[in-house]
Amino acid sequence: MALSRDQIAMRVAQEFKDGDYVNLGIGIPTLAANYVPEDIEVMLQSENGLLGMGPYPTEAEIDADMINAGKETVTAITGASIFNSADSFAMIRGGHVDVTVLGAFEVDVNGNIASWMIPGKLVKGMGGAMDLVAGAKNIIVTMTHANKKGESKLLAECTLPLTGVNCITRIITDLAVLEVSDGAFHLKERAPGVSIEEIQQKTAGKLIVDGDIPEMSF
Amino acid sequence: MAGFNKVVNSYEEALAGLTDNMTIIAGGFGLCGIPEGSIAHIKKMGVSGLTVVSNNCGVDGFGLGVLLEDKQIKKMVSSYVGENALFEKQLLAGELEVELTPQGTLAEKMRAGGAGIPAFYTATGYGTPVAEGKETREFDGRGYILEESVTGDFAIVKAWKADTFGNCIYRDTAMNFNPMAATAGKITIVEVEEIVEPGAIAPSEIHTQGIFVDRVIQGTFEKRIERRVTRD
Repeated sequence: MALSRDQIAMRVAQEFKDGDYVNLGIGIPTLAANYVPEDIEVMLQSENGLLGMGPYPTEAEIDADMINAGKETVTAITGASIFNSADSFAMIRGGHVDVTVLGAFEVDVNGNIASWMIPGKLVKGMGGAMDLVAGAKNIIVTMTHANKKGESKLLAECTLPLTGVNCITRIITDLAVLEVSDGAFHLKERAPGVSIEEIQQKTAGKLIVDGDIPEMSF
Repeated sequence: MAGFNKVVNSYEEALAGLTDNMTIIAGGFGLCGIPEGSIAHIKKMGVSGLTVVSNNCGVDGFGLGVLLEDKQIKKMVSSYVGENALFEKQLLAGELEVELTPQGTLAEKMRAGGAGIPAFYTATGYGTPVAEGKETREFDGRGYILEESVTGDFAIVKAWKADTFGNCIYRDTAMNFNPMAATAGKITIVEVEEIVEPGAIAPSEIHTQGIFVDRVIQGTFEKRIERRVTRD
C-alpha cells in the first residue's frame, strides 16, 4: 500500500540524527516534526528568522510577531534564537543547516529538482527553496512517486524549470526510499506491500535495484 | 539644533521627498513586521510608478497590497507573491512587473546594498531560470552566479522600539528583513511601537544603529495575522 502523508512524514523523521538543525518545508515536511523519535533532539529552523521553532500556540499564546516561514502563528522553544533574514540565510547558504526536507514536482537522476514553477500557470515565487537546496548539507525530497495522472515524478531529466542542480541525494515517496548518485536512482526501501515491479513501473529515470530491498518499518 | 534627534511627528514629514518612479525597500515577512503607517501614507500620497523591493506584496486590502489598488506599483522585487488576487490580475494584464528573487538572495541584495557592495556571487539559483543573463563563475569546482545588490531611494522599516537617535530593536520574528532594509535606503524611515530616550536600550542590544536611520515616527499597528493556527 502506498504510504499516507503522515506515514511519509514518519519515515522522514527516521532520517534525523541527534543534534541536527533541520529546516522543514511546507506540507508533508512540516508533519515530520510530529514524529521526531523520542530519544533524539533536533532543532527546527524557520527561514523567516527563528531557530528553535516550537509547536503552534494556544489561543492565549498567539502573538502576531511570532510566525513561521509559512506565515502561521508559532511558538519558540526554550533556548530558541531569533535573527534577521540575512543571518537566517547565512545559516542556510553557509551550509550550517544539517537537513532540509522539501517537496518537489520532479526530481531527476542527476539530483536536479523542479519545485517552484509550472509554465502556463501563475508563478507565485520560489521563496527560500532555491537557497535551501543550494546550501543544506543533506536535502531530502518528499513527494508522491507519480502525479495524479499516474506519470512518474522521478525522471531521466526534469522537464520543468529547475530549483537547483545536482543537489538532491535522498527521496522519500509514498512508495519508496531512494538515493540519487552516479546518474541513477538507487532503491533502498519499499513501502509495506509495494512490489519492486510497481516502483520500477512508476520510476521513469534509471532505477538500480541491488539485492534484497527491505520494506520500511515504523 | 536637532542634533541627532530623528523623530518626526507626521507621516507627511516622514515621507517628504518621495516622488513618482522611485524605488522603495520595505521590511516585513508576509504581514509580520510591516511598516503599516508608511504604506498607508504612500497610498494617500498617490505616488506611482514605484519599484518596491520586499519579500512579499501583502494581501488584498492590507500591507503592500493596498498600493496595488490605485496601480501605484510598477515593479515588485520579491521571493513570493501568492495570496494576492489583485496582484495576480495586474500581473496577467501586464500592468505590473515582477522580479522573482530567491529569499536569501533578496536579503543579501539588501545587506550588500547597504554595505556598499555592488554585487556578490552565490550558488543559489545556479542552473535555474534565475541565472538567465547573469555572469557565472566557478569556485572550487562549484558554479555560482553574480547577483547585484539593491538600494532604495527610501527604505520603510518597522521596529519595536527606537530611541530618538534612531537606534532600534525589533521584536521576535517581526525582525525579518527590517534590519537589512534599514541599511539600504538613501532615506530610511523607521516606524515604531514606542519611542524611548537615548540610553533606554542598552548599547549592545541595539539591532539597527541610528547612523542608518533618518526619520523615526511613532506608529500605530493593527498587526493583522495572515495564518492564525493554534494547537487547541
